[in-house]
Amino acid sequence: MDAAADRGAEWTTMSGVPVEAVYGPEHPGPGDLPGQYPFTRGPHASMYRSKLWTMRMFAGFGTPVDTNERFRDLLAQGGSGLSVAFDLPTLMGRDSDDPMCRGEVGRCGVAVDTVADMEDLFRGIDLGAVTTSMTINSPAAVLLAMFVAAAEGAGTPRERLGGTLQNDILKEYQAQKEFLFPPRPSMRLVADTVRFAAAEMPRWHPVSVSGYHIREAGSTAAQELAFTLGNGFAYVEQGVAAGLDVDEVAPRLSFFFNAHLDFFEEIAKYRAARRMWARWLRHRYGAAATRSLQLRFHTQTAGVSLTAQQPELNIVRTAVEALAGVLGGTQSLHTNSMDETLALPTEKAARIALRTQQVLALETRVANVADPLGGSWYVEALTDELEARAEELLAEVDAMGGGSMLEGAIRGVEEGWFQAAIADSAYDLERRLNDGRFPVVGVTCHTEGNEEEPPEILYIDPAAEELQCKRLASVREQRDGTVVRAALDRLTAEAADPEVNLMPALLAAAGARATVGECCGALGSVFGWWDEAPAL
Amino acid sequence: MIPFTELRARVLVAKLGLDGHDRGVKVVARLLRDAGFEVIYTGLRQTPEMVVAAARDEDVDVVGLSMLSGAHLALAPPVVAGLRAEGLDIPVVVGGIVPDRDLPALEAAGVAEVIGPGATADEVVAAVERALATRT
Repeated sequence: MDAAADRGAEWTTMSGVPVEAVYGPEHPGPGDLPGQYPFTRGPHASMYRSKLWTMRMFAGFGTPVDTNERFRDLLAQGGSGLSVAFDLPTLMGRDSDDPMCRGEVGRCGVAVDTVADMEDLFRGIDLGAVTTSMTINSPAAVLLAMFVAAAEGAGTPRERLGGTLQNDILKEYQAQKEFLFPPRPSMRLVADTVRFAAAEMPRWHPVSVSGYHIREAGSTAAQELAFTLGNGFAYVEQGVAAGLDVDEVAPRLSFFFNAHLDFFEEIAKYRAARRMWARWLRHRYGAAATRSLQLRFHTQTAGVSLTAQQPELNIVRTAVEALAGVLGGTQSLHTNSMDETLALPTEKAARIALRTQQVLALETRVANVADPLGGSWYVEALTDELEARAEELLAEVDAMGGGSMLEGAIRGVEEGWFQAAIADSAYDLERRLNDGRFPVVGVTCHTEGNEEEPPEILYIDPAAEELQCKRLASVREQRDGTVVRAALDRLTAEAADPEVNLMPALLAAAGARATVGECCGALGSVFGWWDEAPAL
Repeated sequence: MIPFTELRARVLVAKLGLDGHDRGVKVVARLLRDAGFEVIYTGLRQTPEMVVAAARDEDVDVVGLSMLSGAHLALAPPVVAGLRAEGLDIPVVVGGIVPDRDLPALEAAGVAEVIGPGATADEVVAAVERALATRT
């Protein structure tokens, strides 16, 4: 360094990893190529030359008819996959007419009560031609059954359905807190969907192991990395315990990471994730199939990084975050809209977010070369550092489980270990943001212009709730109550027998037009309900 | 940051409705605690009736509701009405995502303060203090 004075900022990554002023050849990187074990540099040799990432925009609001229109619009504009956002009642396994759902129907996503709604949601869309992602967790098996029933009713058999169910219940207890049943029966439901997909849905990913929500809840990058991979190992162990071979389970898992603002730290995180997954699967779990070792992931830009002040700046933040995902080798990407601290996005804001990906993919030429930052001394050093920090955390989970990552994940949830670690990190970051050590443009500095009028936001018509309740009432009226009763009785009986796969009973219930609330109620009557003790 | 002096007041912070995103409510609870308030957290998935009962039983001075899901118009006014029906002079502060067009309705329902995204710790504390000052 020359004699110029240090300007005195905090020289760490956003997650608190100290960084040097410059890096040199003592960090050369491992020298492997993309498509080669341990896949640090990418799961495939050719990366984006053979296939660009999937531009998968998460969408859902109001009634299934409203969202169907948005889906068709996104596909017409060059979106290449669908991603369903369900409303809170659906995510929490409740029907739209449940008193606890007052004011929540169709607000944060689309309301789905029965297979009839699933039919409306995908009307006119060829589900054999696009891939569909469904963000649903506690009631995931129920919604998968409804999706399959609706698709088959419209002429697409289950073996042609491609897509992803989020179905990552562990991170719900740890971070997002949309849980219904206790961890152990919930893990059985996950195993049932994995076995069902392995046997009958060759193009389906039944679990998307999600660090996104862990990071949004306030974790550091190293915690996101460790807890997500740890949850992935738990699902592998659960699948093996359910009688599948590790090479039947592992290729079925896909991953979902956050893209936050610390550009290089995020790229290092993705590279470390691929390498760690490959090593653990080969050495700890004895996986032999190449696809078991190749971690593939979806990325979403960080919702928490967006500001209500000067929301247009969010377009810039999102573009930089998206670029980190692309340089980190993501397989699909959702870019947030500039108005998402205020409401669900308007059509225009969602279009700009999609266009941001298209500019990156088509104009910047960054997709020409695989892992372009491989060999950067800084990025290689950060990759090593994040891996080391995440391995330390994984060792703690392993110790909690007495040598089982599945037990460690469940005990960590039951004891509130993950929850406390995430809340501590969230508060630590908040203090740095709040006192200006980590500046936020438009919030803690450069606030000129904040007095401008906020942009137009999407207004969810409260009539959607009423419409959806009417729709549900008419389905209830037209279905055969005896068939519904029999289907729910079967579901309850089979839930009590852990050896039975619940998917056939759920498919029968979906076909009988049983509701999400009825199916979850039947399961909860056997499994019980989960609640966490309030802790600060 | 406001330095710790003495316990300023008892605050109940609550997460109302089905939403489980608790980063915001926990961060606000911790920063109020660091600013000298005594903070009681209800935990997740509270109904308006549960919040009113907790505010009464815990004898708090102010209630803070965390609302991100868009259900604030359905869920916040019944808390204010429930407290009044019990004869309790406890102001209600809403924090989270509330579109500007909904502000008049919340004010009309008797919500004392609304804290939007991006509020600093000092702004949160100031809003709670203003709400406390409305007590008769």
